Amino acid sequence: MADKNLELVTLTERQRKARRNRSIAIGVALAALVIIFYAATIVRFGHQGASLTSSGLFGGG
Amino acid sequence: MALAEDRLMEEAGFRMSEATAGDFFALLKPRVMSLVVFTAFVGLVAAPVAINPLLAMIAILAIAIGAGASGALNMWYDADIDAVMTRTSSRPVPAGRVTPGEALSFGLVLSALSVMTLGVLINWLSASLLAFTIFFYAVIYTMWLKRWTPQNIVIGGAAGAIPPVIGWAAVTGSVSLESVILFLIIFLWTPPHFWALALFKSDDYARAGIPMMPNVAGQASTRRQIFAYALILAPVGVLPWALGYTTAGYGVVSAILGAGFVWYAWKVLGMSDDDRAMKPAKALFGYSLLYLFAIFAAYLVDCVVGRALIMGGV
Repeated sequence: MADKNLELVTLTERQRKARRNRSIAIGVALAALVIIFYAATIVRFGHQGASLTSSGLFGGG
Repeated sequence: MALAEDRLMEEAGFRMSEATAGDFFALLKPRVMSLVVFTAFVGLVAAPVAINPLLAMIAILAIAIGAGASGALNMWYDADIDAVMTRTSSRPVPAGRVTPGEALSFGLVLSALSVMTLGVLINWLSASLLAFTIFFYAVIYTMWLKRWTPQNIVIGGAAGAIPPVIGWAAVTGSVSLESVILFLIIFLWTPPHFWALALFKSDDYARAGIPMMPNVAGQASTRRQIFAYALILAPVGVLPWALGYTTAGYGVVSAILGAGFVWYAWKVLGMSDDDRAMKPAKALFGYSLLYLFAIFAAYLVDCVVGRALIMGGV
């Protein structure tokens, strides 16, 4: 019975705004993390990938 | 759609969060974090080898997040004493905007994320130092020293002093005497800075039951110790020049800043026990913030200008 009630919860306007605010922040943080790791991988390992390709290990030779 | 009663929610042990992203950001102690970012940046720039600017930015970000995570863990554990101190009662946890569990989870996740990011993308020495800093601040200082000994901020100050060493290690993969001196400057700066605050906030600390130096050893003893630390700090601030790491320009600036610190500490030493306004203590607290920023800024400028002159062939 209690579970049924919980499923039908309606958030107050304040709670709804706070949740939206948190969701946006989490989304931005995750997007930033993806960009950071992608860019850092290119910077750190990009030249190694290029050298592996040119050496033929990954089909570049 | 049916509405569930708040009462039912509370009876079931649930509380819908009203915390905003701003509340979680406040858990990171942004003002402390800004000091960490700046000192870590100086350590990073002072290092004798170059680092890719993007990696440098990521290293600083990871250090900042790690420092912020330790702040969140501190606020989780200290919510009870934060609630009774005027300075901290409006923090997210004691104010009820963030639950202790949320603060704990937030701190742990960011700790792991910052250390792993630094380790994977930069190097594992700097990541290990960051992990040690978080552990030292959250466990050794917050859970143990803070409520146990008046030397809490003397020993605990090591956590706040490590960021320039991490910045240096992020670039070089090592720890050197030069970075250790930057550590020493912050380490020796911490006690007079916090004891000046503790002098005019001693009622707050007493109410919270924290054994800060003025509450345990008395105000006179605290004033003497502040002056003693100032006398040690001033020459240590000049050490980078004395050891040949910087130009005389930094030497002059750091000597003037150090003399100013001693002068403010001297004023505190001369305070009477009846002084309730404690203007000298408040002045020292304000000056100490300026001192740390200025001496690290001077170090940074010296490094940058020195390199520019070398590259210009001057």
